[in-house]
Amino acid sequence: MTIQVSPVKETTKVTAASQRAAYWATLLELAQASASPVKGLETLREGAIAPSQSQSFPTTRNEEWRFTDLSALLDVALSQPDSTVAPSAADLDAYALPEAAGSRVVFVNGQFSAALSDRTAIPQSVFVGALSDAPDALVAQIGQISGAEEEFTALNSAGFQDAVLIHLPKNAVVDAPIHLLFVTVGDRPSLVQPRCLLVAEPNSAVTLVEEYVSLGTTPHLTNAVTEFILAENAQVKHTRIQGDTTTAFHIGKTAISQERTSRYVGLTVDYGSQVSRHNLHVHQVGEQTETVLNGLAYLRGEQTSDTHSAIALTQPHAQTRQLHKTIIDDRAHAIFNGKVFVPQAAQMTDAGQLNRNLLLSPKARVDTKPQLEIVADNVKCTHGAAIGQLEADEVFYLQSRGIDSDSARKLLIYAFAYEILDDLPVPSLKQRLLNQLQIAR
Amino acid sequence: MIRENSDVILSVKDLTATVDGNSILKGVDLEVKAGEIHAIMGLNGSGKSTFSKVLAGHPDYKVTGGSVSYLGQDLLELEPEDRSRNGIFLAFQYPLEIPGVSNLDFLRVAYNAKRKQAGEEELDAFDFDELVREKLDIVKMDAAFLNRSVNEGFSGGEKKRNEILQMALLEPRLAILDETDSGLDIDALKTVAEGVNTLANADNAMLVITHYQRLLNYIVPDYVHVMANGRIIRTGTKELAMELEERGYDWLMVEETAAV
Ligand SMILES: Nc1ncnc2c1ncn2[C@@H]1O[C@H](COP(=O)(O)OP(=O)(O)O)[C@@H](O)[C@H]1O
Ligand SMILES: [Mg+2]
Repeated sequence: MTIQVSPVKETTKVTAASQRAAYWATLLELAQASASPVKGLETLREGAIAPSQSQSFPTTRNEEWRFTDLSALLDVALSQPDSTVAPSAADLDAYALPEAAGSRVVFVNGQFSAALSDRTAIPQSVFVGALSDAPDALVAQIGQISGAEEEFTALNSAGFQDAVLIHLPKNAVVDAPIHLLFVTVGDRPSLVQPRCLLVAEPNSAVTLVEEYVSLGTTPHLTNAVTEFILAENAQVKHTRIQGDTTTAFHIGKTAISQERTSRYVGLTVDYGSQVSRHNLHVHQVGEQTETVLNGLAYLRGEQTSDTHSAIALTQPHAQTRQLHKTIIDDRAHAIFNGKVFVPQAAQMTDAGQLNRNLLLSPKARVDTKPQLEIVADNVKCTHGAAIGQLEADEVFYLQSRGIDSDSARKLLIYAFAYEILDDLPVPSLKQRLLNQLQIAR
Repeated sequence: MIRENSDVILSVKDLTATVDGNSILKGVDLEVKAGEIHAIMGLNGSGKSTFSKVLAGHPDYKVTGGSVSYLGQDLLELEPEDRSRNGIFLAFQYPLEIPGVSNLDFLRVAYNAKRKQAGEEELDAFDFDELVREKLDIVKMDAAFLNRSVNEGFSGGEKKRNEILQMALLEPRLAILDETDSGLDIDALKTVAEGVNTLANADNAMLVITHYQRLLNYIVPDYVHVMANGRIIRTGTKELAMELEERGYDWLMVEETAAV
């Protein structure tokens, strides 16, 4: 069965509201039609339909979507993903990470590709695989972190096609970084809904690179949900790269649950899509957790990229660090909304949040809102936002040392981005991104 | 060292300039020959830094009249980077901090820009490292500075020494030192002055802008110019600097006004 969401024709007299409702309803139909029938998911699917039905396509009148206008999507007729196209291994060469040659999981149009994946470097005790191979107990943990009722999260739960599940048993340490590569390909604009769950048992440690790319320029809506469940003292380094084609729409959710003394170090890089949104939610369930959320968005042309993060602390002695940077050129638009909740129970919290934005053109735009909500009285919390341009005096200083103005600007942009990219845990990825963003020297 | 027939490095004639629409330089005349050390003194706000920035080509400072010839070519036509590659060096009064750019990378890029201009091969990281370590001795800087971001978190004295290190690497024909001595303790001052003296030779020239005669005990100038109100109102020798130290600037200003 193929279902299409059709753009509204000029002649059809419908109100904007009903158009959005109709589009949303068809998205849900599309999702349900693509949903793989897997035992153990019935409750999750069922549970997601009601919240999804009660929603509509978000508008900028919705506070959570105030600066992020998705209405261009309404003009795109989406279908189910094409399962007949398959890229060759060579098509993915550009994205290959030598460090993850034996720990690579590739999804094509939302579906696991055994042919393009290679899991030979993953220890026997660690499960990394698709939905159909995963143990029931692991499947049962999908969708358990709170926030599942959010419109796009519910849409994903109602009908993700496939999922990658990762289970690290107690004390397991995976040396090689695991590279999850989500590729969208084909000429048919489609709704692609990947899902990912990582469960890290006590004292386990892993580095995960989650990357989204498109082969080609066909528009698509990627609606991805990734969940991390960190047990006591688990350590996860997570890099999320959003590099979809600039005609694409990308909605991503990362939900993290952290037990006592666990450590989550996140780094996001957004450079793709026409409109992208990343919802990043951290739920602290044990004390003395450590959380790092760093990010870089590099936007050009007419791109819009929105990062909404929320760190919900509930226990004492948490340490959180967030540095979110954006570089905005041309007529691009960046949005940052960062919440940190520090209730009475979260005494001795040490929370720092900073958003820095570099505007490279007079038409570039940024909307930023760092928010700290502190009730606890014995805490150390700082936050702030800064918006600036390249300093003429800095450019001149470099010029006066023989560096031409173009290279001087590049060097300063590089320096701005490098503060984030320097922490990328996989060297080849760091080099590739620096090249890709054209800021390598 | 004054020698009759050495090359003219810089010739400034009736130079006027504005910033933000305010006229700051009001007719500067100056000639500098190879081998010479010139000091420019003057009260705060007299236009010394403006003059140095005009020479280096800062885009905020607009030249409205006069001429500047450097080694026989029209300096004002050159972009700032071309001025640098052709041998003009400005040690900034307030060196900028550039977080994220390592001092070593910065120095290498600057050094190689100059080599390229001269048609020489660029130095790779390894060879450059060796070269820069040699130059560190001139300013008595620790190698640890190389791995830090350019000037970030440097003390005032460290920033100034870093400027002289850049100068040592770039070996300019004309070095302009804008209050490189300000805010330095006596040891740092001696280090900076020794650095400058090491680098001065018969082929290059130094323009030393200073507020205090103190520096001129260590860097002995051939000429001392006094700038006031956007012009050079008096030129003398190092004795003029001594006199200014003793009597201040007022008497000069009075004589100047009387002469007009
Ligand atoms: N960027 C600028 N914008 C506005 N006014 C400036 C700027 N730079 C210098 N000036 C003005 O020009 C005059 C000369 O300043 P400056 O050249 O810095 O003097 P000096 O270095 O001799 O102390 C001062 O009145 C100063 O306020
Ligand atoms: Mg000055």
